[in-house]
Amino acid sequence: MKLLTCPMNGPRNIDEFQSFGPVRARPDPDGTADREWSRHLFRAENRKGIVVEWWRHVPSNYFFLAERDLVSNEIIRTFDASQLRDRA
Amino acid sequence: MTFRLLKYGLSRDYPVSGDIPATPELKPAYDVVIIGGGGHGLSCAHHLAKYHGIKSVAVLEKAYLAGGNTARNTTTIRSNYITPEGIAFYKEGVELFERLSQELDFNVMFSQRGQLTLAHSEATMRSFHMRAEMGKHMGTRTEVVDQKGVEELCPLLNMDYGGPLEIIGGLWHADGGTARHDAVAWGYAAQASRRGVEIHQRTEVQGFEAVGDRVQAVKTNRGRIACGQVLIATGGMNYDVALMAGVELPIRCYPLQAMVTQPLKPWLHTLVSSVSLHTYLVQSSRGEVVIGGGSDPYQLYSTRSTLDMKEHLAEGAVHLFPFLQGVRLLRQWAGITDMTPDYSPIMGASPLTNLWLDCGWGTWGFKATPVAGKRMAQTIAEGRVPDILKPFALERFETFRLLNEMGATAASH
Repeated sequence: MKLLTCPMNGPRNIDEFQSFGPVRARPDPDGTADREWSRHLFRAENRKGIVVEWWRHVPSNYFFLAERDLVSNEIIRTFDASQLRDRA
Repeated sequence: MTFRLLKYGLSRDYPVSGDIPATPELKPAYDVVIIGGGGHGLSCAHHLAKYHGIKSVAVLEKAYLAGGNTARNTTTIRSNYITPEGIAFYKEGVELFERLSQELDFNVMFSQRGQLTLAHSEATMRSFHMRAEMGKHMGTRTEVVDQKGVEELCPLLNMDYGGPLEIIGGLWHADGGTARHDAVAWGYAAQASRRGVEIHQRTEVQGFEAVGDRVQAVKTNRGRIACGQVLIATGGMNYDVALMAGVELPIRCYPLQAMVTQPLKPWLHTLVSSVSLHTYLVQSSRGEVVIGGGSDPYQLYSTRSTLDMKEHLAEGAVHLFPFLQGVRLLRQWAGITDMTPDYSPIMGASPLTNLWLDCGWGTWGFKATPVAGKRMAQTIAEGRVPDILKPFALERFETFRLLNEMGATAASH
């Protein structure tokens, strides 16, 4: 059993969570060409290394972020989405 | 045969002949460099040498031959997809499998026993009707069967009458089958090397030298190779290898896990797959029941296994065939799948003029080993993409012309 530490619910079995994939910058809905939209929709981060991704704790429907190594599967840290907004 | 038996039967000098020669020295240049010594790469090499007369070909394999997804898939061969473009392509793949043993002079143990996909809901039945009609239109043997039809095709199934997972019908694909995966790769490798193709094992690509929009050379751990044309066919490593050439593919990598039971007497005479249970079963010619399902729930570059997925597969298998509950698992494993957004592969041109793609094979690549190799060889030899491959172009994502095969792929293969 692999544990994921939810910022709200603490360490839980990773089975309780759903992955929503790497965080992507949202393009400007008015000034973006088709090519960039296609990129936004279809090309998620897949490099070997650390990604920041969206996760949801399914029973509580709480969305948060996790930094995870795509090769070792180590979860480096998890944090509330407000921190991403503050950083940006 | 008899003469050889008499000559060598009691002699110590029996000439050992391997099907695949030892890795030779790398030459400084080849007409075609194929990256990836799995089924697809070897199939392309065979077709280049046999049908296009191109024999200056090097197949580069990072580890050992056919040790990646060719060895890790669950050997389902079928053409019951949804899009006409997909069905046309996979249909040619099934037809090539039908005569593959003769083509390769190597028994690939192709067994066209049919595939039965189960529906537990009306929504699934509606999708089956659509697939059956598309399949018939495209000339494949695909039909919807009712409960009685399912029971006749697979009498040992637990129909779960009145239960939450009652089987209400199925999609019967008589063209479906299975084959021995290693034999497919070895057969292609043997044929290709007999015609002069060089197979370089333990040869890892580390980068590309590009000038303008052409790849000049491939850099490997054993030296630099100048190349005329290059094909990327590296399964789970496709994203990584293409990125070295500056091509960012719309691929995300997920592990896919599978397992086999101990050998049993033959009892499962079709391939059986359940969409709702995300489980499918096939009995191998050794009697082992191969059990597979959907990819892992999150991205990862690792072939580790998890108990969660194994429990899930076992649960599905035991639900469909309750008598399997005491059967032991013999082996379990995982591969890395290169999933595309629309569950269709990416074949054809790349932004570099002499770099070709045979990528995005996700969880559905084994069945296309012969046809992808044949058509990619044609593409490389003629320098243009044949019509049958055009819908699978990388550009389809930019033009929003996706080939959505999710409903015919996800866990139903």
